[in-house]
Amino acid sequence: MNLTLRVWRQAGPTAPGRFETYEANGVSEDSSFLEMLDGVNEELVAAGEEPIEFMHDCREGICGTCGMMINGQAHGPQALTTACQLHMRTFSDGDEIVVEPWRAAGFPIVKDLVVDRAAFDRIIEAGGYVSVETGSAQDANLIPVPKESADLAMDAAACIGCGACVAACPNGAAQLFTSAKLMHLNSLPQGQPERSERTVAMVEVMEEHFGSCTNYGECEAACPKGISIDFIAAMNRDHRRALVRNRRSA
Amino acid sequence: MATTTAPDRAARSGFLLELYRSALGKKYLMAVSGLVWLGYVLAHMIGNLKLYQSPEAFNGYAEFLRRLLYPILPESGTLNLLRLVMITALVVHVVSAYQLTQMNRRARPQRYEGPRDYVVADFAARTMRWTGVIVLLFMAYHLSDFLLGWVNPAPAGATLYEKVVASFSSVPIAAFYLVANVALGFHLFHGVWSLFQSMGWNNRRFNHLRRSLAIGFTAVVVGGNLSFPIAVQLGIIA
Ligand code: HEM
Ligand code: FES
Repeated sequence: MNLTLRVWRQAGPTAPGRFETYEANGVSEDSSFLEMLDGVNEELVAAGEEPIEFMHDCREGICGTCGMMINGQAHGPQALTTACQLHMRTFSDGDEIVVEPWRAAGFPIVKDLVVDRAAFDRIIEAGGYVSVETGSAQDANLIPVPKESADLAMDAAACIGCGACVAACPNGAAQLFTSAKLMHLNSLPQGQPERSERTVAMVEVMEEHFGSCTNYGECEAACPKGISIDFIAAMNRDHRRALVRNRRSA
Repeated sequence: MATTTAPDRAARSGFLLELYRSALGKKYLMAVSGLVWLGYVLAHMIGNLKLYQSPEAFNGYAEFLRRLLYPILPESGTLNLLRLVMITALVVHVVSAYQLTQMNRRARPQRYEGPRDYVVADFAARTMRWTGVIVLLFMAYHLSDFLLGWVNPAPAGATLYEKVVASFSSVPIAAFYLVANVALGFHLFHGVWSLFQSMGWNNRRFNHLRRSLAIGFTAVVVGGNLSFPIAVQLGIIA
């Protein structure tokens, strides 16, 4: 198939950006979106031009490194699919495809389609972990985990941190990411001792970098892992409880 | 997590201030103040159904409100207390809405240049800021009309019932009421659903009922409100 691409090119964080048009000819329907971009890049390199920078790693939808706005949708038009797993058969011969980086104040552009997602790391650093004693491994099943809690934590842990939720949110809010990371730990017995501190700290850092939730639901629709906005409600509840609890213990 | 300072800070300022400092807290207070106003718009609509009963019933209802809990509290005392609650809730709601909107503008300074379609965000959700402002302007007009009488077309000394009929007999005023209440309807349709998320009222067994509740509540309140100017125009209330 033959396609016309309009791709955002930006030489650096502060350089002005613009759309460039490229022809991608003879694209296989069975290739992925990233393989299609690889092909375009090979031609660009052959012509002595700068290739289009984009992020990728596993190319099997599990690492969360890839991510770009494809025709106005995070990771493209197919639900529950990362850009690396998006097949070109989702498009038709002759299509024009607009490719842009994630746009949010919390995700500054590094180059072309590459954005800096370090703000997510700051949120994790603030409390996205449990403190455990190191030493010899403890006996298995020492901490009983109810099946429901395990399932809930697993649903939350499916988040790969790609940033599609922020990219899709008209408010540039990171509620879906933060709530998934929070509820992953807050659902488990191991997460209880630090539950309140974790919640307040992660929310605080989230709000330093990102916007506020208006319950549009765009994040859930864009999430390649199908993380539910139920987690956002759970985060709101935990946050309020944490403020009450921290105040009482202070 | 020895580095967290949040508990100390919470101890220093009051709980409400600490809550308000965060965007999540502002959203929570918006939901609470929204709930207060939801109670109000429902009660207001039901009370006004007395327009259909008789002029005496309607005017008597206004009098009843003024003497609520009298003589425990002075005449209009309860009413003024309620007014204070409503004004406080409105100020909290509108100021939070403004501050959160500013925060969101900062968080997403650059628009997508490509075609950007919303996938699930509906019209009501996307227009909360507009419908909110329309409702606010409407409230100002509404109070000038019936409470203060500044813009009411009825002659001085008219009863409240007469004022309502005089106002709604004018086609432009009736039309304005219809438009404002449709705006209110959109605000309620998203707001009633949204507040469950903001309050953290989340239970997978009941979550599917939230949308139905929002539709039902909106239909009852807006349906009732729309009927009054229409009934006056049609001569059912005269
Ligand atoms: C009868 C009056 C009103 C009622 C019953 C009402 C109700 C609500 C409710 C229930 C919500 C959802 C809160 C949440 O998501 O947690 C809401 C949101 C909102 N309201 Fe109101 N409201 C009223 C008046 C106003 C006014 C006068 C304004 C502004 C001038 C306003 C602006 C907003 C905005 C912007 C939101 C969305 C906020 C956000 O999601 O960040 N509302 N309202
Ligand atoms: S490259 Fe790992 S998820 Fe796409």
